[in-house]
Amino acid sequence: MDSGDTAWMLTASALVLLMTPGLAFFYGGLVRVKNVISTIMYSFIAMAVVSVVWVLWGYSLAFGEGTDFIGDFSLAGLSGIDINDIYPGTGIPTLLFVIFQMMFAIITPALITGAFVERFKFTTYIVFVAIWVSIVYAPIAHWVWGGGWLGNVGDGALDFAGGTVVHINAGLAAVAAALLVGKRRDPGVEPHNVPYVVLGAALLWFGWFGFNAGSGLAADGLDINAFLVTNTAAAAAALTWGLLSQIQTGRMGAVGVASGAVAGLVAITPASGYVGVMGALAIGFGAGALCYVAVWLRSRTSLDDALEVFAVHGVGGIWGAIATGIFAAAAIGGTAGAIEGNGGQVLTQLVAVLATGAYSFVVTVVILKVLDIVPGLGIRVSENDEAQGLDLSAHGERAFVRDGAD
Amino acid sequence: MIKIEAIIRPERINMVTSALEEAGCGGFHYQNVTGQGQQRGVEVFTGRGGRLATRATVSKTLLVTVVPDEMKETVIEAIIDAARGPDGGQIGDGKIIVSPVSDVVRVRTGERGEAAL
Repeated sequence: MDSGDTAWMLTASALVLLMTPGLAFFYGGLVRVKNVISTIMYSFIAMAVVSVVWVLWGYSLAFGEGTDFIGDFSLAGLSGIDINDIYPGTGIPTLLFVIFQMMFAIITPALITGAFVERFKFTTYIVFVAIWVSIVYAPIAHWVWGGGWLGNVGDGALDFAGGTVVHINAGLAAVAAALLVGKRRDPGVEPHNVPYVVLGAALLWFGWFGFNAGSGLAADGLDINAFLVTNTAAAAAALTWGLLSQIQTGRMGAVGVASGAVAGLVAITPASGYVGVMGALAIGFGAGALCYVAVWLRSRTSLDDALEVFAVHGVGGIWGAIATGIFAAAAIGGTAGAIEGNGGQVLTQLVAVLATGAYSFVVTVVILKVLDIVPGLGIRVSENDEAQGLDLSAHGERAFVRDGAD
Repeated sequence: MIKIEAIIRPERINMVTSALEEAGCGGFHYQNVTGQGQQRGVEVFTGRGGRLATRATVSKTLLVTVVPDEMKETVIEAIIDAARGPDGGQIGDGKIIVSPVSDVVRVRTGERGEAAL
């Protein structure tokens, strides 16, 4: 066991977990005040549900040997893993690998919730998370990181920290969910708390250092490069979004700049172990621009993806996956991209994008359709509950109580 | 006695309360309200910062005070002077509503009528 690697990976795991409550506030600030607790709860409860599912069967389905398509139940309950076992090819304990991966499994379903805030039924959501992690997240993680088939396409699809497993996956699932749950009856206009949004974005940016710079599972040059390119892409994307906003409207809002940073972070995720800073600048610039346009385009459709999950995580993830195939430098991650003459890598990336997106969309639709007809469940709250706000109707709480009498 | 309700720009509240004190007003209270009149509203970024939208309703402050009949014009003048901005009258400066009051009671002593003001 390498204690330097292990110390960093413990820290990185904690950083990634912090991203989920960070996401809770990022999303929470964007909704109307009567739904802020509900929005936060979607993320917070994912920490609880996925943590349990992961140790019981989630890890085993993702990383058990199994087939090209899915793991198995050999590691259910983490049985057979000794506390001193080392994960093959690394200097860290296997249990630490389990922990690190768990944090990714937690945040991915939480990302989807941005599409259906203010109207998705909470009890059904809990069931949805448990099922979705098991039959959507775990298989895709298996394909990309668990020895599954995407590692065998061409030279292997490149996805350092989860552009496909986390972002494209969540982005397409978000589209499915928004389509099935339907539009909000009375959507709000402004975010109720812009400081929360910025605070959440800051926690996400901070935590993303664990997300990307931990994905090499070591404290070494590769992970340090990942840290640097992560920051660079976030910065480039934030500035790009701000600039586009300034040009189009004469102002740049904090929410826009924060969203730009997140878009850059999403896009650099698959690339962070394969590109250098110049590639990161290009990826960040591209993410800021593409996601800005994607938000604008989505507003012209009737899809009520309330918090633009597809425009940022879906589009950002797709751009990032393809850009990885373009800008990969062999000297960094061992595989060359199109700019070094290996144009075929872009095609391999496309296969990963299409397979992940299609699988996620289709299976999410199936899960939600089934949950919608199970007696006692159903995916949308009643009209009254939606109007009153989910904080009160689903959680029996008010976020800010300011009677003089408290 | 009359009740004077003044809907004014929030940023003018300190000028107005100072003016009321100088005019000899015994007391007042105020609260934040949202409303719509001739002002065209505000332009804000909507959703995740991709587009602008116009919100017709704007924030104002509602100030309430009860004064003896004789003070009516003095108080109204004081409010109007203080509630207009440095550039003089603009759309959005607000409205003053005057209504009769049937009784006022001082909680501490139980006094009624003008003695309670």
